[in-house]
Amino acid sequence: MGSTLLEIRDLRTHFVTDQGEIPAVDGMDLVIHQGEIVGVVGESGCGKSVTSLSVMRLIPQPPGKYAGGSILFKGEDLVQAKEKRMKQIRGDEISMIFQEPMTSLNPLLTIGDQIVETLRAHRSMSRKEASSQALEMLKKVGISRAETILRGYPHQLSGGMRQRVMIAIALCCEPELLIADEPTTALDVTIQAQILDLMKKLNEETGTAIMMITHDLGVVAEVCHRVVVMYAGKVVEEGTVREIFEKPRHPYTQGLIRSIPKIEEDVKRLYSIPGNVPKPGSVKEGCRFAARCEHVMDKCLHSLPELVPTTSPGHRSRCWLNTIEEVAN
Amino acid sequence: MLNYTIRRLLMLIPVLLGMTIIVFSIIHAIPGDPAEVILGEKASNSSKEALRKELKLDQPLLVQYGDYLKKLAAGDLGTSIRTREPISAEITPYLAATLELTLVAMAFAVFFGVNAGILSAWKQNSWFDYLSMLIALIGVSMPIFWLGLMEQWLFALELKWLPSIGRMNARDPVESVTNLYLIDSLLSGRADQFWTVVKHLILPGIALGTIPMAIIARMTRSSMLEVLRSDYIRTAKAKGLSQMFIIYKHALRNAFIPVLTVIGLQFGLLLGGAVLTETIFAWPGVGRYIFDAIASRDYPVIQSGILIIAFIFVLINLLVDLLYAAVDPRINFK
Repeated sequence: MGSTLLEIRDLRTHFVTDQGEIPAVDGMDLVIHQGEIVGVVGESGCGKSVTSLSVMRLIPQPPGKYAGGSILFKGEDLVQAKEKRMKQIRGDEISMIFQEPMTSLNPLLTIGDQIVETLRAHRSMSRKEASSQALEMLKKVGISRAETILRGYPHQLSGGMRQRVMIAIALCCEPELLIADEPTTALDVTIQAQILDLMKKLNEETGTAIMMITHDLGVVAEVCHRVVVMYAGKVVEEGTVREIFEKPRHPYTQGLIRSIPKIEEDVKRLYSIPGNVPKPGSVKEGCRFAARCEHVMDKCLHSLPELVPTTSPGHRSRCWLNTIEEVAN
Repeated sequence: MLNYTIRRLLMLIPVLLGMTIIVFSIIHAIPGDPAEVILGEKASNSSKEALRKELKLDQPLLVQYGDYLKKLAAGDLGTSIRTREPISAEITPYLAATLELTLVAMAFAVFFGVNAGILSAWKQNSWFDYLSMLIALIGVSMPIFWLGLMEQWLFALELKWLPSIGRMNARDPVESVTNLYLIDSLLSGRADQFWTVVKHLILPGIALGTIPMAIIARMTRSSMLEVLRSDYIRTAKAKGLSQMFIIYKHALRNAFIPVLTVIGLQFGLLLGGAVLTETIFAWPGVGRYIFDAIASRDYPVIQSGILIIAFIFVLINLLVDLLYAAVDPRINFK
C-alpha cells in the first residue's frame, strides 16, 4: 500500500437554509492511500455525495459552507486552498465522474471537444496533439470506432458508452485520485459489470486511486480494497472488504449486509432495516442510528461513541457494543 | 436541410395568400373613400366617379381582388393611388430605412440584453442582478413614445449631443446606392457623413431597442439559470475549466435556443411595427409609409406593404428555425 494521498479529518459541510443550518457532512474522517480503491457506502442522504463534492470544492457557496475540518491532499489543505489552485487540481490531480452519464456531458459539444478542452486546460499542447491524445484515451477505455466517436455528439451514444467517455475525460490528465460518484447506478447490470471491470483495470494500469461512492454493496465487493460505511453524515465503520462482509461490527453495517438477498436462501420476505435515515441535524445527541438499532441501549441515546479500533487491524467501528465486548474480553 | 428549407418556403404561399385575403377584406371594411381623400371634400360627384372608374374601384370586390392577385402573381405589387408610382420602387428606401434602424436597435438589444442576462444569472441575487432586472422591468413597461421624447429632450435639446430627428442632415444628403446610409456613406468614402449617420441612429435605435433588450435580458437570465444548474456544467467545473470558458462555451450555447426564438420574434415585430418610433424621430421608414397610406386610403400600398412585412416576418422565423440546427446538433430537419 502506498503513502497517504487523501486524508479527510473531521470534515463538516453544512447547508444554510431557511430552517437553519443543516449538517450534511458532520465530522467525516477518511483516508485514501495511493493506488487504493476505497468504497464509501451508505443510504441516500447520508452525505456521500456531499463529501465527494467537498473534496472537489464544488459545493455551491452559499448555501453550502465548510463549517470545520480539513481535506489534506498530499498534505495540502483543500478547504483553505485558493480557487485558482483548485482549478489546477480539478481534472488534473483529482477528477470526478458522476452518476448520470446521460446528462453529464454537454449535448452541444463533440466528444472530442470535451476531452481536448480538459487536456488543454492543464497541459500546454496544440489542438492537434490533444486530439490525438483524446483518441488514445477513447481506445484505452474500450471504445471501438474511436475516430468516429471523437467527432460525434453525446446523444448518439448509449449510457454505457457515455460513461466510458466520462472516464476517458476524467483520466486523460492521469490524475492521482478519481472520485466516482455512483458511476454505475444509472446503467444496465451487464454494462455495470463492464464499467467496473474497466475501472479496476485502469486502476491497476495507471495506479490512480479511486474513491468509489455507492449504495450498492455488490459494487464494493467487486472492486474495492477498503470500505467506509457512512450514516447520517458520519463514518460508522471502516475496514477491508473482507472484514466488513465477514465480520461487520456496527449494527447498521450488519443490517446493510443482511438486506442483500441471497440466492441460496428461500425467504418469504426480504430483510430491510426498519425506519429511515434521520434528517441531517435532527439527531442532536447520542448515536445517530439509535432510533433504528435492534441493540439500542440507554447510553446510545445520550452519548455518541467514538470510531474505535476493533480486534482486527485497520477495522474500526463507531458503536458502544464494541467497547462493551472489549471490556467483557 | 435543403429539403426542409424548400418545403418551408413553399409553405409561404398559403400563408401569404391568407394574408392577402385578410388585409383585403379589412381595408375595404374601413369607412372612407380614396377618391374623396385624393380630390378633397369639395370635389364634384362626377369627378370622383371618374376617378373611381379610373382606379377600378367601381368594380365588385371579388373582381378587384382577382385583379390584385393576378398582378401579384406576375410580381407586380401595384401602383400607389396617391403618387401614381409603382409600389415596389417606392417602398425600397422606406424598407431600407426601417431595416437599418431595426438592425441597430437589435444589435443594441442583443448585446446588452444577452450580457446583462448572463451576468445576472452568474451573479444571481447580487446587486447587479437586482439592478439589471429592475431596469429590464422598467424597460418592458416603458411606453416607447415617452422614452423617445425624453431622449430627445435630454440628449438633443438640453445636452445638444445628438440630433433629434431624421436619418441625415437634409443639406448634406447621402448618395444612395443601397439606401442603407451606413453603407452608402462608406461607399462614397465620406467618414464625416458616416459619423453623422451613426449619430442619427443612436436615439431612435435605443428607443426601439429598449423593449427587446429587456425581454432578451430576462429570457437569457432564466435560461442561463436553468443551464448553470445542469449536470454538464458541474462536469465542466470538475474538469478545472475557467469560469469564463464555462459560461461562454458551455452554458451560453445551451441557453441560447429560447433566446434565439425571442430575438427572431422581436426582430420581426420591429420591422413591421416601429410606427411610434418612426413618427417621433421623423424616420422615413416603412411603418410611417404604411401609416400614411392608411390615412389616405391608399389601398394598394396598404395591401402590398403589409404583405411585404408578413413575408419578411415569416422569412425571419424560418431563419431562426434553421439557426436552431446550427446551434444544436440534436435538431435535425428531415
